[in-house]
Amino acid sequence: MRAVRGFSRGFHVLPGFNLTLGITLAWLAVIVLLPLSAVFLKAADLSLARFWEVVTAPRIVASYKLSFGASLAAAAINAVFGLMLAWSLVRYRFPGKRLVDALIDLPFALPTAVAGIALTALYAKTGWVGQYLDPFGIKVAFKPLGVLMALIFIGLPFVVRTVQPVLEDLDVELEEVAASLGAGRWRTFRHVILPVLLPALLTGFALAFARAVGEYGSVIFIAGNIPMLSEITPLMIITKLEQYDYVGATAVAVVMLLISFVLLFVINGLQAWTAKRTGRNR
Amino acid sequence: MSIQVRHINKRFGAFVALDDISLEFPTGELVALLGPSGCGKTTLLRIIAGLEQADSGQVLLEGEDASDTHVRERQVGFVFQHYALFRHMTVFDNVAFGMRMKARRANAQQIRDKVHKLLELVQLDWLADRFPAQLSGGQRQRIALARALAVEPRVLLLDEPFGALDAKVRKELRRWLRNLHDDLHITSIFVTHDQEEALEVADRVVLMNRGRVEQIGAPEEVWHHPGTPFVYSFLGAVNLFHGRADGGGVRVGEDVLPHASGGFADGEKVFAFARPHEIDIVPESGAGLPARIGRVLSFGLVSRIELDSLDEDGRHFEVELTRERFEAQGLAEGQVVRLVPSNLRVFVDEGAGI
Repeated sequence: MRAVRGFSRGFHVLPGFNLTLGITLAWLAVIVLLPLSAVFLKAADLSLARFWEVVTAPRIVASYKLSFGASLAAAAINAVFGLMLAWSLVRYRFPGKRLVDALIDLPFALPTAVAGIALTALYAKTGWVGQYLDPFGIKVAFKPLGVLMALIFIGLPFVVRTVQPVLEDLDVELEEVAASLGAGRWRTFRHVILPVLLPALLTGFALAFARAVGEYGSVIFIAGNIPMLSEITPLMIITKLEQYDYVGATAVAVVMLLISFVLLFVINGLQAWTAKRTGRNR
Repeated sequence: MSIQVRHINKRFGAFVALDDISLEFPTGELVALLGPSGCGKTTLLRIIAGLEQADSGQVLLEGEDASDTHVRERQVGFVFQHYALFRHMTVFDNVAFGMRMKARRANAQQIRDKVHKLLELVQLDWLADRFPAQLSGGQRQRIALARALAVEPRVLLLDEPFGALDAKVRKELRRWLRNLHDDLHITSIFVTHDQEEALEVADRVVLMNRGRVEQIGAPEEVWHHPGTPFVYSFLGAVNLFHGRADGGGVRVGEDVLPHASGGFADGEKVFAFARPHEIDIVPESGAGLPARIGRVLSFGLVSRIELDSLDEDGRHFEVELTRERFEAQGLAEGQVVRLVPSNLRVFVDEGAGI
C-alpha cells in the first residue's frame, strides 16, 4: 500500500483532492480545534505559578490518579474480555447469539446516568449483588472499584466492535496450518492470531480508554465522590465550575487534555508500529 | 510412508460427503484425487490430515491407526488452495514457523540454514525478507510448500494447490511439483478438479464422484479405459448418444451406429460415448447420424467442428478432424452431413441421468 500521494495531479476516480482536504481541515478546525484552543486561552488567564498550584492541589492529583488509573485498567480488562466476546460471537453458533450481539451495543445507547443508577442499585451495600459481596468485605459502590465497574461497562462495546470485523476476516485455515506445523493452542493464538488482531485490539483499547477518561454520568452515581478517594477529574472540573472558578476549571481541563493526548498519541504510535512490524504498511 | 483409509464415512447434515471409502496410497507415490466440486475429495484429504473427523472408519499411516492422532502429531504437511501464509511474518519466518514450534529451544543457526536450503529448493531464496503480500500467487504457493516441507512431514497433502493461479503459472508449477516429487519421493496426495492437471502430474489418479470412488489407475489407464460412464465423461470432451441396442450397433432414432462388441440384448436402452477424435464426418448421402455443421474452429493441426442434430431435442456434437481431412472434405458451416463414430463405448442406460 502506498501513502496518500500528496498534491499529485495524477488520475483519480473521484476528483477534488484539494477541495476535500480544505473541507477536512476547516471542519476539524471549527469542530475540534476551536473549542480546545478556547480551553487553553482561558487557562492562560492564570499566572504560571498559580496554574501549577491549582493543577497540583492534592485533591486534584488524587483525581488524576483515579481517572487515568481506572480508565487504563478498565480498557485493559475490556481488551481481554471484549476479545473473548468477539471471538465467541464470530466463531460459535449458539442460541440467542443475535440477542447477545445486540446487547453489546447497549452501553453505547443507554443514557450514562441510567447506567450509573442501575450499577449503584446493584452494587450498593443493600443492592442485589452488593449484599452478597459485603460479607466478604468487598465494597464496590462509593469506592474506586465502583468507578472501575462503571468504566468497564461503558467501554466494552468499543473493543468488541473494533475486533469483531477483523476476526471475521481471519481465516480458520491459518489456525489449521499452524496446527499441522505442530503449534499448540496457546502458540497458535500467540504467534498467529494475536499479531493479526493486535492493531484492531489497540484501537479498541484506545477508544475504550478515551471514552472512560471522559465519562461522567455513569461514574458520578456509583463513585460516591469522596474527596481523595473516589473523585474523578471531570467531577473536579464540574465542582470548580459550580463554584464559578472558571479559570481553575479550565486549568484542570488543560492538564487532562494534555495527558489524554499524550496517552492516545502513544497508543496510536504503538498501533502504527505493530502494523509496520507485521508488514501491513509496506 | 504409506497411507490407508478404511471404510470412511462422513456426512454433513443430510449430505453424504464420503460413502464408505477405502483406499491405499503406497509409499513415495504422487496420487491425485480427481472429481467435480462436491464429490468429497477435499473432505477425504482433510480427514487424512486430521483436520476433520470421519463419522466412522480408520486412517492408517504406515499401518498404524492414526484416527485419534491430533493433526499436530500426525506429521503431515498440508498446503491450502489459498496458501494460508502468515501475512504478518516474512517469508523466512513463515518457513521457519514449524521448526520453531517443534523444538522449544531451536538452534537459530540450524533453522537459518534449513530455511535457506528450503527456499533454494523452491527457488525463492532471494525473497526471504519479503512479506507474503509482496509476492505473486505462484511464489506464495511455493513458499507455502516450503513451509510445509520444513517440518519434514511423512506425507504431503495438497488441496487444489494451483486452483487460484492463472493458466500459465499453473502449468509451470505442475511440472515443477512433479520434478520436486521426483527429487524428494515423499508420499503425496493432491486434490484437483482439473483432469488435465491430474493426468499430467500424478502417478495414479483416484476418480471420485458423489462421495464414492469411481476408478483408480495410472493416468494412461483411466484415460484409455474409463471404467464407468462418469469417468468417461469427466475425462475430456465426449459425444453422447441415447438409443437402443440393435444387432451389432446402437439405434439412434432411424439410424444405426455400428458398434464392434455387442453383448447387449436387442432393444435394451443404452447410451454410447465417442470422443471428438473418434468421429468421422461423411457426406449426407451416406450412412450415419445426420447433423448440421455449426461453428468450425481451426487452430493448429486439428479442426474442431461443432454440430447440431437435426431433430428437435437439439443435441450438440463435437468432432475433431485433422486439418487435411477437413479441407479435403470441403466442409462448410451450415452444411448437413452425417456422423460415423469409429469407436463407441456403450453402457446400459439405468436411468442414472447421464
